[in-house]
Amino acid sequence: MSEIPAIQTEALTRVYKIRGGKKSDPKELVALKDVNIQVSRSELFGLLGPNGAGKTTLIKVLTTLLAPTAGRACVAGFDVTKEPHEIRARINMVSGGESSGYGLLTVRENLWMFSQFYGIPSKEANRRIKELLEVVGLGDRINTKSSDLSSGLRQKMNIVRGFMTSPEVLFLDEPTLGLDVGAARDVRRFIREWMGESRDRTILLTTHYMVEAEQLCDRVAIINEGRVLACDTPAALKHQLQEAAIFQLQVSPLDGVPPETFEHIRGVRHFTYSPQDGFATLEFILEEEDVLAAVVNQLTAHDIHLQNLEKREPSLEDVFVHLVGMSMEEVERGESN
Amino acid sequence: MQFSWWKERERSLRTSIRSFLTAAWLGWQIESNWTDPFLFAVYSIIKPVAGAAILVVMYGIITQGAFDSPLFAYIYLGNAFYIYVGSVMTGVSWAVIDDREHYKTLKYIYVAPIHAPSYMVGRGVARFLTGTIAVLVTITAGVLFLNLQLDLAAVNWPMFLTALALGVVMLANLGLLLAGVTLMIAHHVWFIGDAVAGALYLFSGAIFPLEVLPNWLRPIGFAMPLTYWLELLRRSMVGHVAASFPTLSKVTDGQLFAILIGLTIIFGLMAILVFRWGEHQARERGLLDMVTNY
Repeated sequence: MSEIPAIQTEALTRVYKIRGGKKSDPKELVALKDVNIQVSRSELFGLLGPNGAGKTTLIKVLTTLLAPTAGRACVAGFDVTKEPHEIRARINMVSGGESSGYGLLTVRENLWMFSQFYGIPSKEANRRIKELLEVVGLGDRINTKSSDLSSGLRQKMNIVRGFMTSPEVLFLDEPTLGLDVGAARDVRRFIREWMGESRDRTILLTTHYMVEAEQLCDRVAIINEGRVLACDTPAALKHQLQEAAIFQLQVSPLDGVPPETFEHIRGVRHFTYSPQDGFATLEFILEEEDVLAAVVNQLTAHDIHLQNLEKREPSLEDVFVHLVGMSMEEVERGESN
Repeated sequence: MQFSWWKERERSLRTSIRSFLTAAWLGWQIESNWTDPFLFAVYSIIKPVAGAAILVVMYGIITQGAFDSPLFAYIYLGNAFYIYVGSVMTGVSWAVIDDREHYKTLKYIYVAPIHAPSYMVGRGVARFLTGTIAVLVTITAGVLFLNLQLDLAAVNWPMFLTALALGVVMLANLGLLLAGVTLMIAHHVWFIGDAVAGALYLFSGAIFPLEVLPNWLRPIGFAMPLTYWLELLRRSMVGHVAASFPTLSKVTDGQLFAILIGLTIIFGLMAILVFRWGEHQARERGLLDMVTNY
């Protein structure tokens, strides 16, 4: 008998009806469209995509907060629509970038209260709270009212809330959003350690940080406009771009030369342009290395001086660009091709 | 098969008790910690006394100071016990707004294995306790300063306590019903509790007999469990005064209890249905974690 997946979705679709003014008909926003994913037990699975791609909507459906419009989703073998109570006993969730919590309660009281919802005996709950707060560096704030914590520290408290119940499936929605670099690194290290402690744990993590997805995830699904565009290990996804050549060029300012000039060179798959103080950075994904000569020729023709040239290995960002035709930043800015 | 059914019932009961107790603890922490004890006490005294004072002034002007009239005790006690409506009923439904908008924790509570109705009712417990303080303060002020005719030795305590306990259950049911409606509405819900409590004030016989209402509005009052509950409380405390009002004078105490119990059960069933429907709608429309920042 095959093992039941920790998470499984089949043609999962979610459509929001957005009410307009009094006279206008409600508009429909497709947040998820025919999403099919399967996450095995003990897997750390990443959902990578820009803001508004549908990552949080998928988490809301899987955590039983939101009903699917069509399709099916199961967590720990239970259907999100028919058996939400069975699912809730086995999951937990942490959302980054928000300051939830009862400000009048201390850190310990906030966490203890949630532990009681899960039926954890008080003594055991207090032991876990103390231990986990030490791990995330909040041990000395255990008796501080959560209203007195900075947003970053409050987020750490929420991270402890999620891990404290030792869920079978943990949903982390942008867990490092809003944390400083050091704190984000600590959280990522802790996530890895926690997963390493038991084979019965599964994490679904959403992020729009490429590094986070690459460092943490066993497999990554790239999602945009509610559709899963690719799903594989980070290495396999990057392997798609094995034939491509990726170059970063630092050049003198373009001085009126339209950036599109470079985009239209034959063999250029994608091009980004970032003007900076006194220079500009051009990034190319080329079909093959030979196309670089044509790029350099164009620079010379427009009297643009090449200051630095670097070839680099493909990243998940490049994979996203390859699949969508735009960088995540461009998608978030709402730019079109 | 039967064994697993019982096991499931037992698990469900344990979840309900756990949800209720934890929510009651949380509610008390919130109610008792929002300010320092002195301010809390002042708020608990001034607010109810000020509310009663407005009514007393209006009564005094209209009746030209007839505080010895049985009408005064009728109005004063009705108004005093109506504090429970605002605190318990509104307290239960307010938990939805508080957790969703203010603390932003409703989604985490819903992701947890709780029994949501028990949680909501648990959050109302603290409001019952603070409401009790307000009711006691209001009645004491009435006896000490306004010549409210209340003889503690003549109070029918068993009847009073039974009616009070039934009333708390009934108000929790109404609160749950309101919480279900609140779950379905993300916008403009801030005043829904006060609006409903205010509207029911007119139809429950709290400050005037239902006969004062136009004929076509009276059925609303007779359909409300609050009407029978307030009558029972008044009869248990100042029986002779309550008996002089026509509304329910022909109904015996036993009949009043039977009607109150019946309506409490009916409203309890309605509350569960509406709450479950509200949850369903909130999940369909993505309202469980919607923060409007209104």
